[in-house]
Amino acid sequence: MSSAIITLTRADRTRRATSGTMTTLTALCTLFAVGILLVILAYIAWQGIGSVSLRFLLDSPRPVGEGGGIGNAILGSLVLLLLSSAFGMPLGIAIGVFLSEFGAGRFASLVRFVVDTLTGVPSIVTGVFVYAIIVVPLKHFSALAGGVALAVIMIPIVARTTEEMIKLVPHSLREAALALGAAQWKVTLGVVIPAAASGIATGAMLAVARVSGETAPLLFTAFGSRFFSYYLNQPIASLTVQIYNYAISPYDDWHAQAWAATLVLMTLILGINITVRFFTRKKF
Amino acid sequence: MSVRIGGQRPPLNVSWRRALSPTGNAGDAVFRGLMFFAALLILLIVGGMIVALAAKSMLSIREFGFGFLTSREWNPVKGEFGALPFVYGTVVSSLIALLISVPLSLGIAIFLVEQAPRSLARPITFLVELLAAIPSVVYGVWGIFVLAPFLRVHVEPPLARWFGWLPLFRGSITGIGLLTGGIILAIMVTPIISAVVRDVLSAVPNSQREAALALGATKWETTRVVLVNGAPGIAGAVILGLGRALGETMAVTMVIGNRAQISASLFEPSYTIASAIANEFTEATQDLHLSSLVELGLILFLVTFVVNGVARVLVWNVTRKTGTV
Repeated sequence: MSSAIITLTRADRTRRATSGTMTTLTALCTLFAVGILLVILAYIAWQGIGSVSLRFLLDSPRPVGEGGGIGNAILGSLVLLLLSSAFGMPLGIAIGVFLSEFGAGRFASLVRFVVDTLTGVPSIVTGVFVYAIIVVPLKHFSALAGGVALAVIMIPIVARTTEEMIKLVPHSLREAALALGAAQWKVTLGVVIPAAASGIATGAMLAVARVSGETAPLLFTAFGSRFFSYYLNQPIASLTVQIYNYAISPYDDWHAQAWAATLVLMTLILGINITVRFFTRKKF
Repeated sequence: MSVRIGGQRPPLNVSWRRALSPTGNAGDAVFRGLMFFAALLILLIVGGMIVALAAKSMLSIREFGFGFLTSREWNPVKGEFGALPFVYGTVVSSLIALLISVPLSLGIAIFLVEQAPRSLARPITFLVELLAAIPSVVYGVWGIFVLAPFLRVHVEPPLARWFGWLPLFRGSITGIGLLTGGIILAIMVTPIISAVVRDVLSAVPNSQREAALALGATKWETTRVVLVNGAPGIAGAVILGLGRALGETMAVTMVIGNRAQISASLFEPSYTIASAIANEFTEATQDLHLSSLVELGLILFLVTFVVNGVARVLVWNVTRKTGTV
């Protein structure tokens, strides 16, 4: 460009070279991270695909070498997700609404701080907490305890996304409804929340994706099981705990099953993430 | 905030409604009360968490006091419980993670905010964020079967050969140990740190960049101006990553070897606070063992609480000042 007219000094050339080098370096960093992602995903697909079959998806675990599958774990994970959504979503959304609609005072600041704190609590600690308040009194591991543990992890995620999404609703909508004489609760429930609904749903889906990958809080709440179970007061299997148990076992057969179960889990999680991404593409 | 519209003037006997809602509308009062109750519930949950953890660890706290943190002996058979090996493993693995992931995350964030064209930055941002969507246990599976063998064959032997004069790189090469734990943590916290740094850099006003460019600065010199502006926020991002690394459980448990020892070598197996809880909790038969594990949980809770609090304040100060959330 202008270098035809302006002659570059040596210092200028060095500066340009530095700039170019740094651009390359940062690009390499990015390439490295994306590369790792692709390597991990490719490995899961490659290792897992061989062992996935309809039988594998429907059967329950069997002794080493006799095949068996993850049907009970898939059912267990679904039960746990339903349970945690039933507890976590209404509460999370309500807290989000509270923070966005009545979020000015000191109490609201405290709530916001506590919600943020909860996001940072290691999930294993949540597991210990739920063990203390549910497993100990009931005297055994249960699906209920697992569901509550996952709900505790879900609540802050749902609450914060709900708050953010409601804040995006234009003020004019709210004012129009109030000007028509609607009571505040009707404005919130009938106008503001529906306007933010798709955003709230997005947050809820991402919370489900996040929670479906949790293992640590389930180890001593839902515990795991080698059988089909849908009783809420009994231990229940989950995909993640089954993957963990198989992966740390000494058997090649179970290692293969761990990869296959990982493939199933990742399909679910990536499916949710990509779907959400697709639907929110227009908005952001 | 509340506007008094909607409906008639409230009758006189509605003081309870007024107390709950400034509009005095019954529906408002109920609605507000419900939302308030939900918010109260979350306070109770977190409060209950602290109380429950403290109560369940009382036995161990009474038995060992502060010595719990300084004792190296963790022997369930002898009934001796000291947390130092776990603290050591947690801190060292997290530091390794930060050592790797901080430069990496900074590079990614700088590339995506300052260098890459928008059309390229958006899909790549999504891909990097996907790294954060991969569950811990999946990282663990990959760590056991892919990363650990790879490190054992291709990374640890050269490290031992060239840097073996350092105590850090001595010892038996198994692929399972502190180094592997730190590396897997690094991969896991990179998307978190880079996401926050990205937000911080985006919050630096464009006028800063324009001023630098107008003075004839190169792209990198401009970036440095931006980095200086965002420095506290970047520090916050790093601390946030630290908080995450300290509490990570599954992936680390699967590759760190789970042996309660303090060894200078990064190749040796180690143990973190979180992995000790994950591994021993269901097997703990004595009350004192269980109580010590809960106390480990309490320590982890308090540490991550402080670390995250500090990080949030740092990040907020940068992102708030400029108006972007």
